[in-house]
Amino acid sequence: MRYLPLTDTDRGEMLAKIGASSIDDLFVDVPEEARLSGPIEGLPLHASEMAVEKHMRALSKKNLAAADAPFFLGAGAYRHHVPASVDHIIQRGEFLTAYTPYQPEIAQGTLQMLFEFQTQVARLYGCAVANASMYDGSTACWEAVAMAHRVTRRKRVVLSGALHPHYAEVVRTMAKFTDDEIADSRPSIQPQPDNSGLISRIDENTSCVVVQYPDILGRIPDLAEIAEAAHAKGALLIAVNTEPVALGAIKSPGELGADIVVGEGQSIGVGLQFGGPYLGLFAVRDPKHVRQMPGRLCGETTDAEGKRGFVLTLSTREQHIRREKATSNICTNSGLCALAFNVHMTLLGEKGLRQLAAENHRLACLAADRLAKVPGVSVLNGAFFNEFTVTIGGNARDAVRTLADKGILAGVSLSRLYPDSEGMDDALLVAVTETTTEEDIETLASALQEVLA
Amino acid sequence: MSNPNASGWKPEMTPSEDGLHNGPATVTGNRALMLEEPLLFEIGQLDETGVDLPEPRSDAPNRLGGFDRTDAIGLPALKEGEAVRHYTRLSRQNYAIDLGLFPLGSCTMKHNPRLNEKVARMPGFADVHPLQPTSTVGGALEVINELAHWLIELTGMHGVAMSPKAGAHGELCGILCIRAAHEARGDAREVILVPESAHGTNPATAAFAGYKVENIPATAEGRVDLEALKARLGPDVAGVMITNPNTCGLFERDMKAISDAVHAAGGYVYCDGANFNAIVGKVRPGDLGVDAMHINLHKTFSTPHGGGGPGSGPVVLSEALSPFGPLPFTAKTADGVVHLVEEENAAEFAHTQAFGRMTAFHGQMGMFTRALTYILSHGADGLKQVAEDAVLNANYILRSLEDLLDAPFGASGPCMHEALFSDAGFEGGLSTLDLAKGLIDEGYHPMTVYFPLVVHGAMLVEPTETESRHSLDQFIAAFRNVAERAKAGDEALKQAPYYAPRRRLDETQAARKPVLAWSDAE
Repeated sequence: MRYLPLTDTDRGEMLAKIGASSIDDLFVDVPEEARLSGPIEGLPLHASEMAVEKHMRALSKKNLAAADAPFFLGAGAYRHHVPASVDHIIQRGEFLTAYTPYQPEIAQGTLQMLFEFQTQVARLYGCAVANASMYDGSTACWEAVAMAHRVTRRKRVVLSGALHPHYAEVVRTMAKFTDDEIADSRPSIQPQPDNSGLISRIDENTSCVVVQYPDILGRIPDLAEIAEAAHAKGALLIAVNTEPVALGAIKSPGELGADIVVGEGQSIGVGLQFGGPYLGLFAVRDPKHVRQMPGRLCGETTDAEGKRGFVLTLSTREQHIRREKATSNICTNSGLCALAFNVHMTLLGEKGLRQLAAENHRLACLAADRLAKVPGVSVLNGAFFNEFTVTIGGNARDAVRTLADKGILAGVSLSRLYPDSEGMDDALLVAVTETTTEEDIETLASALQEVLA
Repeated sequence: MSNPNASGWKPEMTPSEDGLHNGPATVTGNRALMLEEPLLFEIGQLDETGVDLPEPRSDAPNRLGGFDRTDAIGLPALKEGEAVRHYTRLSRQNYAIDLGLFPLGSCTMKHNPRLNEKVARMPGFADVHPLQPTSTVGGALEVINELAHWLIELTGMHGVAMSPKAGAHGELCGILCIRAAHEARGDAREVILVPESAHGTNPATAAFAGYKVENIPATAEGRVDLEALKARLGPDVAGVMITNPNTCGLFERDMKAISDAVHAAGGYVYCDGANFNAIVGKVRPGDLGVDAMHINLHKTFSTPHGGGGPGSGPVVLSEALSPFGPLPFTAKTADGVVHLVEEENAAEFAHTQAFGRMTAFHGQMGMFTRALTYILSHGADGLKQVAEDAVLNANYILRSLEDLLDAPFGASGPCMHEALFSDAGFEGGLSTLDLAKGLIDEGYHPMTVYFPLVVHGAMLVEPTETESRHSLDQFIAAFRNVAERAKAGDEALKQAPYYAPRRRLDETQAARKPVLAWSDAE
């Protein structure tokens, strides 16, 4: 077996040194009736690298890759071009096969990278401090709600109806076990987000208001207005961003008054990967909230010779020190995805990020205008960045399936996201990025016209 | 024993007064291949970019609703060559499995096969969107289902929740299944029992799920005290969280009796599967009465640790808990088609009691492809050999060091996949931390230190099955050297490491005045 270096001679000599007559002597603490005598039946035996690769390639080929189709899906996961050097760097063995940097003298590579990453995220979000990452956007969203509970000592959570339904479902699931009370609604299918409806639900018992920016329909809510209303009642505003590229074009949530900003970082460096692993981003606007944050934090310090260095810090918040009193049970971060984000953002820089955002918006405007010319189709959004909602005057989910059969990945129907909601059947969410060509847009528009005819 | 230092060269252990080792200071601060690297914010350009994108057009439409970002964001860029160099230089300041034995106990730092990386990057896995019509992702769903099948068979369980994002997330999933099962029968319970030797995530998870946590003591030989556990069971106890093999590196011999007692009292058994590598293919937790167990794919099944994640923590479930597992998951019907079971079609698959959803989308697909690749490479026979070699290597280390170091449970029999030592016998005020830092100078990442808490100055060594005998012998020689110095009270150890990119870092200063982001004012 190519990954197991011990030879039978080694095994024999090592057993002799240990004083055991056979390997079974080392499993003597396992009750005999629970010990398996041979390989588990019904499972295949070991296979060569060539054979395994062939099997996996066959499975891979049963999927339609985004690059092989006109592609318009978003809804929390976006297809962007990732520079080749990003994937090269994250495959450096010193990054790929390192552990959590608990021995900082021999983990400065990971630690300095995390310090850079935290700074990039804080600046992107308009916040003071970002952590070293969470599992993904949806779990970061729940952790923010839990943090607001700790900060305000209140339990009533107001969710915007236009929060990604998976994120809302994660919050609802977790709240069942923590006694947080969820004030919830469905998205209103209107050109503007329903800010006044949201604000009317904030009261003196509200711990936080959770608002997606841009929202699940691609609209851009006025966070400043919501922040003011939340703060007037002593509640925190949690802003959720699922498309970090947008923040190269629209104001940061921190600037607009959000107290906790969380989101999905997958767009920068990580890739689609059928939903994971992704990269949860978590930041606070006010440094006074740092000690209530979940997750790992990297901080600057000096070594015994006075040289600058980095360590994981404020770990008295964390489970390995505080056990049942920890701010979260989270243990890992999403380290390698944070590195991918860090490298991609370093290649972009502010200038590249703004260019990337502008190109996304330009192509999205083009697509919106072109689709609006298809008979029966109209664009819902007043404002949008690179994703918008269209109503097509027919069943959007059926249209998506029909178009997929023609090799076109047309977008995400709202009824895929809200299967039990009435009145959304004809709505389709369309995302456009720099990877979308004008030809792709034309292909989608004419195919949609054909399907609807 | 093979020569631990083939070149015969031996550095002086005492540094000169300026803290450098026996050479002149350099103007760069570099020491040949040990290169200092500034922060991105000190070398990047704010008005440049390392990608080629079109300049924004002045006549482009703007539908941003008046929310245009006008502030300076402050994100510097490097050109590609500079970026590759920046990160390559940083990478060289990391220890990694690719550089040497990485004996972190309970972390299972085994070789990460590169075929796994190649497969995960195939376009049909890396470049598919989680919400594509299922007709276009049949192969991806088959991967999830095939891996799920392996995990169920290897553990002898009934079902598996694939979506948890890491071990701690999986623990939470298992505990929430237990809570949902009790709630479904109108049986509110409020206590979870956790052994003293448990990892900190166990009590943190139980508390996060709304339970009170109570400790159960260990016996003198490092196992759960069955009688104490039985005495505490009652109608308020929802379940126990047991790590098996446990964090002392020992198999819980009474596991079946523990499960029987907990079940008789109406509770459920959660098993922390962090140490599954020791028993994969040899023992099935389902045969021992376990109701839920998370599997760290990044430990037992070799997906890369990546400097701290991403992990992946599927949870295998007993027949009693399976109905409560979260959405989504995959199910194969008689026609051979693999379906994605989500909120909308759960009823069609008779899964109406799910406790909810733990994450957006379907789990850590990039880790599933790697883990399945690893599992298929080994097969049922190879995985059994994995456990046997992991246990053999750990016992080899235990018996090669126990004449020198105190092994608190060494006399009671063999260990499983990791060997536990204490700091008993260290002189001159030297501690486990000093020994750990001394190992760094010998070119090794230290073992897990000060865990488990039940042993003073604990040192938990897990070599894994992917180390050769030569590699083990070199490590043992290095470890013995540092241990002998600790026992002799060698003062120089207190200042170690001398040869790492950094000397000991001031963690107190970092926590007292936290600097958590770069500030341009610096």
